[in-house]
Amino acid sequence: MKTIKEKTKKLTGSKAMIQALEQEMNRDDSIFVMGEDVGKYGGIFGSTTGLFDKFGGERVMDTPISETGFIGAAVGAAAEGFRPIVELMFVDFHGVVMDQIYNHIAKIHYMSGGAVKLPIVLMTAVGGGYSDAAQHSQTLYASFGHLPGLKVVAPTFPHDIKGMLISAIRDDNPVIFMFHKTLQGLGWMDQIDASLGDVPVNAYTVPLNKANVVRKGKDITIVGVQMMTVEALKAAEELAKKGIEAEVIDLRSIKPIDKETILKSVAKTHHLLVVDEDYLSYGITAEISAIVASEGFGDLNAPIGRLAIQDVPIPYSRVMEKFVIPDSKSIIDSVLKLITV
Amino acid sequence: MENISKKDLLWIYRKMKTSRYFEEKMEKVYLEGKQPVFNIGAGPVPGEMHLSNGQEPAAASMIVHLTKNDTVTATHRPHHEAIAKGVDLKKMTAEIYGKKTGLGKGKGGHMHLFDPDVKFSCGGIVGAGIPHAVGAALANKKRGENWVAVAFIGEGAANTGAFHESLNLAALWNLPFIVVIEDNKWGISVAKKNATSVTSNAIRAKAYGIKGYSVKDNDPIEMFKVSKEAVERARKGEGPSIIEIKTYRYLGHFQGDPELYRNKEEVPKLKEKDPIERLKKEMLKENVATVEDFKKMDAEIYKEVDKAYEFAVNSEYPEPEDALEDVFC
Ligand SMILES: Cc1ncc(C[n+]2csc(CCOP(=O)(O)OP(=O)(O)O)c2C)c(N)n1
Repeated sequence: MKTIKEKTKKLTGSKAMIQALEQEMNRDDSIFVMGEDVGKYGGIFGSTTGLFDKFGGERVMDTPISETGFIGAAVGAAAEGFRPIVELMFVDFHGVVMDQIYNHIAKIHYMSGGAVKLPIVLMTAVGGGYSDAAQHSQTLYASFGHLPGLKVVAPTFPHDIKGMLISAIRDDNPVIFMFHKTLQGLGWMDQIDASLGDVPVNAYTVPLNKANVVRKGKDITIVGVQMMTVEALKAAEELAKKGIEAEVIDLRSIKPIDKETILKSVAKTHHLLVVDEDYLSYGITAEISAIVASEGFGDLNAPIGRLAIQDVPIPYSRVMEKFVIPDSKSIIDSVLKLITV
Repeated sequence: MENISKKDLLWIYRKMKTSRYFEEKMEKVYLEGKQPVFNIGAGPVPGEMHLSNGQEPAAASMIVHLTKNDTVTATHRPHHEAIAKGVDLKKMTAEIYGKKTGLGKGKGGHMHLFDPDVKFSCGGIVGAGIPHAVGAALANKKRGENWVAVAFIGEGAANTGAFHESLNLAALWNLPFIVVIEDNKWGISVAKKNATSVTSNAIRAKAYGIKGYSVKDNDPIEMFKVSKEAVERARKGEGPSIIEIKTYRYLGHFQGDPELYRNKEEVPKLKEKDPIERLKKEMLKENVATVEDFKKMDAEIYKEVDKAYEFAVNSEYPEPEDALEDVFC
């Protein structure tokens, strides 16, 4: 039992990120940040606001649009003992620099037999829902989760955003830190309650390999990530009115994936729905279904439900985009198909 | 000005003015549903919006030399080129409104406009259009046609790997390819001087053994002349060129950009030298057109643009399920 109450403050996702970066940069001189518009602008999605003024251009470096160059440079700098934190604005843009990521950042530790360490954090914004169309709305969780040698995290709530970013920075492995645009609490996007939360004032860590049960229930397990966790929680409130108690798991970590928490929950609820703001095929829904089908098959009383973007690029027009991205309504519909009340 | 035909001058003015009026209208429409509180996802035109007010000479004074058979690739800031290239204005506007009647049936939006009828395309990934134009130029050469391909990019895109690889290919294969670099001094908030190791991108042409041109101060006439030479050379098989034009970005990078990174004086100073007004003055002075002619022309332009917006507004939205179509042929 905790006796001393930790001092906390209400922060948005964006402020939680900034606080993590600031506290870690104060602690460790080997950390520097680079990326497009991370300087004066403070990050297009508010991840570095104010850091340029505090730490100066040597430690908060604006880069040209030379992504293979500066993300590749993170490899060299990390191998030399620095701890680069590199932001590339939208996850969609990583196509330009995938070689550096999957052939180098992900593999060098392994190919060197453990001799080379690359403590790099790649920060990037993910997600759609505001009509930014096919090249600016993806999450690509699974595309990164597929690659051995990369840790991939996607926290939802401000508390986890700060704690996991600090863990990512302190980790000696490369970590892809995905933050969801809608969860940053930015003034110019949709305002949602989940983007604001209690955050301990001091530095702390949240593990990079643990899912979190964010709502307890006995009838069905719903696993989500970021906005899908938020939508699942919304759906769970509605389902409760119909007498269905959903247990909601916030995955938080794409890689490594926390099998234990999921299997334990399914052993209790006997039903599973996985929801993903990424493409259906070969994605998180497939991965978690496979885990539960092979390691928790006996616990299931119904087929596993999978809800994700149906293998189409994200369309621009609002009506179509709303149709392809799962939300609380489509989650409720899916649950009602799996469970007969 | 003496070497430019009246027809060409009128064409350039008309295209620049059409683009300007289209963009000014878009600036207003974009804010519908986004006031008093700005929300990027709200209103009839949601998502990012990159406008090109001030940059019109780059597009019009180059594209005046092109035909329907020549290819243009553009960027996230594509409207001025699309309009100059003759993209169907009604369908383009409808696309920006996310309507079924749009160029991409509402799937693409403002950054992803495709009109194969006039060989126009654009996209949201910086630098990506450059190799596409190289490929079109390669196709022209393989077919034995004298058609050219022009990639329009910002000065920020000249620092991508795609730029270097594409320029080397175009030069190596001696392709009818031109890259127009619209140097508006900014890549979002990053000033060119903090992003580019040389002061002029035109001198980078040396590295590829090709021609490099630099157009000063957003000058539509100079841009016309330089583009004419580059296009003629490309058509004759004399190889690719880089054309840099120093241009003006009147608005934020995107609508809603707080622009805290740039001096408040910059834009008003640029507007004093507005290229459309400058050209108009020049044309009046040289008796290319009268005040009455301009009035008539402007009225026609407003009508055409207004009609395109009307068409967009009155068009139907797609059905939600339409999202599942067009993934494959
Ligand atoms: C590969 C890639 N990286 C980053 C971005 C984000 N981005 C969009 S436009 C832009 C600046 C582009 O500057 P410039 O090429 O000069 O064109 P301008 O916006 O000034 O027209 C950036 C960094 C992107 N769209 N694609």
